[in-house]
Amino acid sequence: MIDSTKIREDFPILHQKINGNPFVYFDNASTSQKPKVVVEAITDYYYRYNANVHRGLYKISAMATEAYDNARKKVADFIGAAPQEVIFTSGTTASINLVANSWGQENLKENDIVVLSEMEHHSNIVPWHLLQKRLGFKIHFLQVDEDGSLQLDDLAEKCKGAKLVSITHVSNTLGTVNPVEEIVKTAHANGAKVLIDGAQAVPHMAIDVKKIGCDFYAFSGHKMCGPTGVGILWGREQLLESMPPFLGGGSMIDEVHLDYSTYAQLPNKFEAGTMNIAQAIGLGVAVDYLQEIGLDNITAHEQQLTEVALEKLKSLDVQIIGNAQNRVGVISFAMNRIHPHDISTILDHEGVAIRAGHHCTQLLMRKFAVPATTRASFYFYNTIEEIDQFVKGLQKVKEMFRRVS
Amino acid sequence: MSLRELYQEIVMDHYSDPRNFGKLEDADYHVHVNNPSCGDAIDLEVIVNSGKIEQVKFDGHGCVLSQASASMMTEIIQGKDLAEVQEIADSFRSFITGKGEVKIDLEDLEIFEGVKQFPLRVKCACLSWSALREILKKMQE
Repeated sequence: MIDSTKIREDFPILHQKINGNPFVYFDNASTSQKPKVVVEAITDYYYRYNANVHRGLYKISAMATEAYDNARKKVADFIGAAPQEVIFTSGTTASINLVANSWGQENLKENDIVVLSEMEHHSNIVPWHLLQKRLGFKIHFLQVDEDGSLQLDDLAEKCKGAKLVSITHVSNTLGTVNPVEEIVKTAHANGAKVLIDGAQAVPHMAIDVKKIGCDFYAFSGHKMCGPTGVGILWGREQLLESMPPFLGGGSMIDEVHLDYSTYAQLPNKFEAGTMNIAQAIGLGVAVDYLQEIGLDNITAHEQQLTEVALEKLKSLDVQIIGNAQNRVGVISFAMNRIHPHDISTILDHEGVAIRAGHHCTQLLMRKFAVPATTRASFYFYNTIEEIDQFVKGLQKVKEMFRRVS
Repeated sequence: MSLRELYQEIVMDHYSDPRNFGKLEDADYHVHVNNPSCGDAIDLEVIVNSGKIEQVKFDGHGCVLSQASASMMTEIIQGKDLAEVQEIADSFRSFITGKGEVKIDLEDLEIFEGVKQFPLRVKCACLSWSALREILKKMQE
């Protein structure tokens, strides 16, 4: 069980008033808040041992190198991987772009097939559109059912002849948890590689990439209590070995000659230039922090919040967009004739921060025929009292719009 | 500026009963604009006769501020000539950004004064106005 009062002490940002009301942060799918230990670890690096890694032959460079490598080990353990398979990037978007520009550029040809889904974040659509323009392959989309789950009846058919299936683990708009193991099996049976976008999954549930069985897994640090500017690409060692580097520069080389270069071993091959050292160290501490609370406890607490919120929303006559059986605490909804922007401004006035917009999933907005939705998304430090404040805010919205809705 | 003032009677009235809403047959000019950060979109159409805006209609979807602002805009530009419309558009921009001179009486549009205190919402109030600027550009070509 989660002791909310104790945990919330770790997050100074939560203890403030916004417009005279207790601050309620329900935009966790966008970015999470950071516990003191993470902020302190970053400060500590800059105050005590700020130096480049893998280079300086002096004390603090060795300290920085050790902390950076250690962070990689922590992340690797966290997702059931080996350290050399864990590449630091700037975030999920960069991770997916890396796969597209390295593996994709090398392996995709005209008339090949890449399978995506309608519930992908733009960061798992646009990199493929960009590459498609260069290489001319086809993109097939798995469709989304009315309840927000992925249509898998035609999965095998869509995977036929596909080279890559790139799918989100958890929808950032609908909250749907996709059956990634099943998708991987079908994709592999058809000879396709699988990339999973885990940005919305890793912060909220225990992940074992080997158990999922995929080939690539991408996620961001800032949604899991880590700082912005750091993310991970995990890839199977053999696969990463076979791929050309994406960015060229310092640190990623073995030898540089007038007419050619050779490249470093994994993971350095994919980490060109001075990396996000402070952020990587911060992410390592975030991983420790999450593990101390326990991922299973986090999942259970958020499930409880989600159930309570969905129940309370029923009384408000809102349309929930995304009602899949297997879901997380990301709740998108629409209110009759009330625009999400207006809901957001009024809730902000009540101290409640939620998201209004298309959530970088315009395909879903079109599918559900809404221009935008309002989205509340929870993390382990949120409480039932906060849900009450949120619901009270929505009642104010309704009252204000009484004459139009 | 309170929330009540932002969502005051006249704004809500234009939202629930937008003026000049819909499509024009035989429009001389048609512009579609959207706000990529939220997905809101507005279509603006005008019929010009003897250099004046004879008819104007807007269509689309958006929040209270974008819809009310569009509705009021169509009212104020109706029947005006190109130079006058340009002056109204410039004045509204000066008014909402706080930069430049507001040369004319913006009438009901002055209630958008309060939007300045909600910086993230300024874009909403300006969506239809960017469509109008596009139309003015086309008219001058």
